[in-house]
Amino acid sequence: MASVEERQFRVEPFPGGAPGNQRLVEEGRLPEYAVVGTRPVRHDGTDKVTGRARYGADIKLSGLLQGYVLRSPHAHARIVSIDTSKAAAVPGVHAVCTNADLPSASHRAGDLGEGVVDWYHLNQNVLANDKVLYTGHAVAAVAADSVHVAEEAAKLIEVEYEVLPPVLDVREARLADAPVLNDDVRTDRQPVGEQGDTPTNVAKHFHYEKGDVDAAFAAAELVVEREFTTETVHQGYIEPHTATALWSPDGKITIWTSTQGSFMIRMQVAELLNVPSSKVKVVPMEIGGGFGGKIAVYLQPVAAVLSRMSGRPVKLNMDRSNVFDATGPTPGSYMKVKIGVDADGMITAGEAELLFEAGAFPGSPINPGCMCVFACYDVPNGRIDGYDICVNKPRSNAYRAPGSTHVALATETIVDEICEAQGICPVEFRLKNAAKEGDERVDGVTYPPVGMWETIKAVELSEHWQSPLEGPHQGRGIASGFWFNFGGNSVVAATVNEDGTVSLIEGSTDIGGTRASISMQLAEILGIAAEDVTPTVVDTDSIGYTDVTGGSRTTHATGLAAIKAAEDIQAQLRQRAAILWDVDAEQVEYDSGATLTGPDGQSIGFQEIAGKLNQTGGPVVGRGSVNADKHGGAFGTHIADVEVDPDTGKVQVIRYTVVQDVGTAIHPSYVEGQMQGGAAQGIGWAINEEYYYGDDGRLHNASFLDYRIPTCYDLPDIETIIVEVPNPGHPFGVRGVGEVPIVPPPAAIANAIYRATGVRLRSLPMSPPKVLHELLAADQ
Amino acid sequence: MAKKRIISTSINGDPVEFLAAPRQTLLEVLREDLDLIGTKEGCSNGNCGACTVILDGRPVDSCLVLAVEVEGSDVETIEGVAPTDGLHVIQDAFLDQAALQCGICTPGFIMSTKALLEENASPTEDEIRFHLAGNLCRCTGYDKIVRAVQQAAEGETN
Amino acid sequence: MVSLYSSLAPSDGTPDAMRDFEYEAPTTLDDAVALLSENPAAVRPLAGGTDLIDHIRTRRLEPDVVVDVKKIPDLNVLELTDEGLRLGAAVPCYRIYGDDEIAASYGALADSCRIIGGTQIQSRASVGGNLCNSGPAADSIPSLIALAARVVIAGAGGRREVPAEEFCTGPGQNVLENGELVVELLFAPRPAVGGSHYRRFIPRNEMDIAVVGVGASVELDEAAESFVAARISLAAVAATPLFVEAAGAALAGQAVSDDAIAAAAAAAREAATPIDDMRGTIEFRKHICGVLTERVIREAVARARGEETGYRIGR
Repeated sequence: MASVEERQFRVEPFPGGAPGNQRLVEEGRLPEYAVVGTRPVRHDGTDKVTGRARYGADIKLSGLLQGYVLRSPHAHARIVSIDTSKAAAVPGVHAVCTNADLPSASHRAGDLGEGVVDWYHLNQNVLANDKVLYTGHAVAAVAADSVHVAEEAAKLIEVEYEVLPPVLDVREARLADAPVLNDDVRTDRQPVGEQGDTPTNVAKHFHYEKGDVDAAFAAAELVVEREFTTETVHQGYIEPHTATALWSPDGKITIWTSTQGSFMIRMQVAELLNVPSSKVKVVPMEIGGGFGGKIAVYLQPVAAVLSRMSGRPVKLNMDRSNVFDATGPTPGSYMKVKIGVDADGMITAGEAELLFEAGAFPGSPINPGCMCVFACYDVPNGRIDGYDICVNKPRSNAYRAPGSTHVALATETIVDEICEAQGICPVEFRLKNAAKEGDERVDGVTYPPVGMWETIKAVELSEHWQSPLEGPHQGRGIASGFWFNFGGNSVVAATVNEDGTVSLIEGSTDIGGTRASISMQLAEILGIAAEDVTPTVVDTDSIGYTDVTGGSRTTHATGLAAIKAAEDIQAQLRQRAAILWDVDAEQVEYDSGATLTGPDGQSIGFQEIAGKLNQTGGPVVGRGSVNADKHGGAFGTHIADVEVDPDTGKVQVIRYTVVQDVGTAIHPSYVEGQMQGGAAQGIGWAINEEYYYGDDGRLHNASFLDYRIPTCYDLPDIETIIVEVPNPGHPFGVRGVGEVPIVPPPAAIANAIYRATGVRLRSLPMSPPKVLHELLAADQ
Repeated sequence: MAKKRIISTSINGDPVEFLAAPRQTLLEVLREDLDLIGTKEGCSNGNCGACTVILDGRPVDSCLVLAVEVEGSDVETIEGVAPTDGLHVIQDAFLDQAALQCGICTPGFIMSTKALLEENASPTEDEIRFHLAGNLCRCTGYDKIVRAVQQAAEGETN
Repeated sequence: MVSLYSSLAPSDGTPDAMRDFEYEAPTTLDDAVALLSENPAAVRPLAGGTDLIDHIRTRRLEPDVVVDVKKIPDLNVLELTDEGLRLGAAVPCYRIYGDDEIAASYGALADSCRIIGGTQIQSRASVGGNLCNSGPAADSIPSLIALAARVVIAGAGGRREVPAEEFCTGPGQNVLENGELVVELLFAPRPAVGGSHYRRFIPRNEMDIAVVGVGASVELDEAAESFVAARISLAAVAATPLFVEAAGAALAGQAVSDDAIAAAAAAAREAATPIDDMRGTIEFRKHICGVLTERVIREAVARARGEETGYRIGR
């Protein structure tokens, strides 16, 4: 193959897309697929546009009780006593529970797919034991005939608190004299595996080093070191958390809930309630958004305990303020990052110190943050220290490329500064320094074929990059970002129906159109139409273990399982044709037109043979079970145009393009949707989103009014350029698409603001008061 | 406790009587008592639009309407949008344009779009974005939703 | 929607299903006044409900009786005549900006109504309700002040009128006595060469509470070159919406000029006594107050002159 620099590319409209939906095409290379790359209507679409789709809160059961969770008004307090007797005596109340009604938990780690939990801490997060660690921390729960009765009863629960001083900032929380949240936390130093010996808020310290960092900085032509802060933000899914549980007298627990991973819920409920996982069935309802925040349990085990106590099914719903107060967030951070370059603008060294909020219990995405901070570039010498630090905020959770957005703000704005100082175009700098196949990251991972360079090439060739800005106070910035993506375990079973259609069942909950992207892969292999596949997401008793819908893994890994299931169907159909024709199965071919052909010119179509299965040995069920480990990381580069109001500091994003290497786009519309939606979240994070705490540790903006996610009147059209550098670890080249697009926006916008105003923002959100403050300071 | 009262109303063109306590919102009664679960709860305080229904021709957040207030009114919910044979042009447009991901905001967006197009058959993109600002979507970045509204407007004017 | 008290009383993490109350829907003003007078402390009038229902849910208000005033004809009047504009207290926002003549004559009022919540809120929310909530950041009150609206109040003792700028007495507090309710708002006819405007500064472009809001009404001379009179008002920079007489005085009698407008803006900035909260700092609010006052006066002047400025909400 020609070296990448010699290959010829162009940017063109992506077929079937709206204006603004484009792709990068390499001359002479366009894969040919029948189904992959087309845009069929999603299978679950009609249910979702008619209101028939059933989400978590939509479950109805006979005898259903409604629950209410009493939450802490304090950010940090010791629970002296809880008296539930008055609540239990209220007519219509059937059960009241506290942490004392949960089995005791021990310190053991559990892997939830997008983060690790300590079961002891998860037990305390679900219902506080001796301490509350954030406002909104669940303390007790009531099940009653109606939610109104449950709430009124809950208010009669008497909790005596000994209020303790809260600590909210990572830099303060790491100090020796800071209030310690968890007496049992010791600093866990990785990758060496040493444990500290005193109680601390610093739960983890990751250290990575490569090359001779000090010598490289000493020899560098230019070194730029900057400090950055970001605020706590929330995933902001529109559907609040909800769970309904029935603990049957036979010991079987059924949980109806909206989740990113029904098997993860099964595991957590089984662990926390000390029952075998086989006794827990999780029925995944449609999920109204997750973005990493609907993996850990909150309500599920509590609803189960209330059900056991009442003998009735129990539903628990959060309202929006509960969601902000007690779930989600992704950490606020403090970061100090240093990059050195030589006279040619080649990066020679990088160093990073990263402090991430864990929230109430250990578990921030600090390790991915460490691994992503220099991931976009070939950095020959690097040193990274990352700290996971407990503060009095809700336990942090994964949020779309967890940790990567934070560190991209640092690295990508420093890169922009270096470009300016050295007079290099930001595109040229990135083309020169882009991470490529064979490059080793600072944390020791060597890249397989990746598409960082191609995303920048697409920027360079794009009409957006080449177009001039049109007005005063406008600026254009670019930034890149990385996410690992993930493989993992997935199972698909596919039954051939007698009318020539296929019923596909899977364990991956569908958040954004994966029923379609998985069905399309099965259809592509079988040579049938996507519409002839009927996908269903089933409960944990009905399919094999499947990991979370997260990590951008579903279309990759569950898609692989669907491909295997299709290949299994092909093999079985060849045998059936062999029976019909009395030949050996090895002599039967399955061609891409969904036709089986025999050695003597025999031929039978998929639909026809589907009608003959019961006469040739019975139904055909294809199985696909994978543990995928060749996911291939992915890169994106974004172009942001902003206009800054010089008198108010308000930033309008006036044009935006997302360029991303997706490997192969199975359903381009939903790939574009992921790119656009991720960018919109990143824009919100960049400009306005933040948790606003009082000094007492109370969250002041636990509503969609004051936690300002972008409305459609805040955003421009979001253009897309899909780059397809196939992942060799997947037959169609799928990499995964969901997470990368949230990574570059804050940095791209910060760079654009600089170009518009001459002011560099190094603190998120870049909200009007902050931007105006910097503008006025620069004027003086 | 305040007594429930009988409320007579029209829902999706059908006469409906239901019992409601004063403190029940229209959203609660639709979902809990009338089994019209297509209307979604996102925030309960009028900031997300997931519970949008059309009340006497106007889009409203059903979380901020008391059920007892709709006595004598016409209520239209997502369940009443599709004709008996197929889908409404707006629903088709949302599917064609892939204007949904998780879908929880979709009923609210469709109701708001319907109200918009009934008032303004060919809105500009700016008008669409302004009118729909009371409906939050966290998945799509709104781009494809705006395309869908544009397609529906073209479909309706053709 | 709402927000009124949220900067004063942050959530304690336990909002919820609604507290119990009775509901009455009188069809005459007398019946409404009688209901409100029975147990004034425990009764709340309900117009659009977009604030009240959320306040009850979050227990910021705990009425025993809610009196729906939307069925009372007096509160639903919307009438533009030679006498001016009569706006019933329960008329929802959309009817106001939906009337082209009213929107053209009383521009500031229509501006306010277009940005109170989203479209869904505007189907229900009323200017009367916004006024009675008496939030410091209420988007309609600066327009009422700038347009010199008179508030017509009914109670057991009969009717009285209060100028809009004297209505609010503190955050969530106003001059209504026990048993009283607002019936309508009266606006004088607009001057021959006049224009008015309201805009607010918010971090997003829609669906936010004003960080600062500014209303202005200007009357120009026949040549449209000098200010005859002007009224400037502010939101979210004090415990109540403010009428800044000094800002209007800085314009009256002056030629329309950058200097005159800057002087008015300086007066507005001077009058502002904002607080630090999650929506803005003191420094930021004072600065924005000046910036916005200039912009709002310019827009009001342009409207008086019949000029198109390309004003876009939220930008």
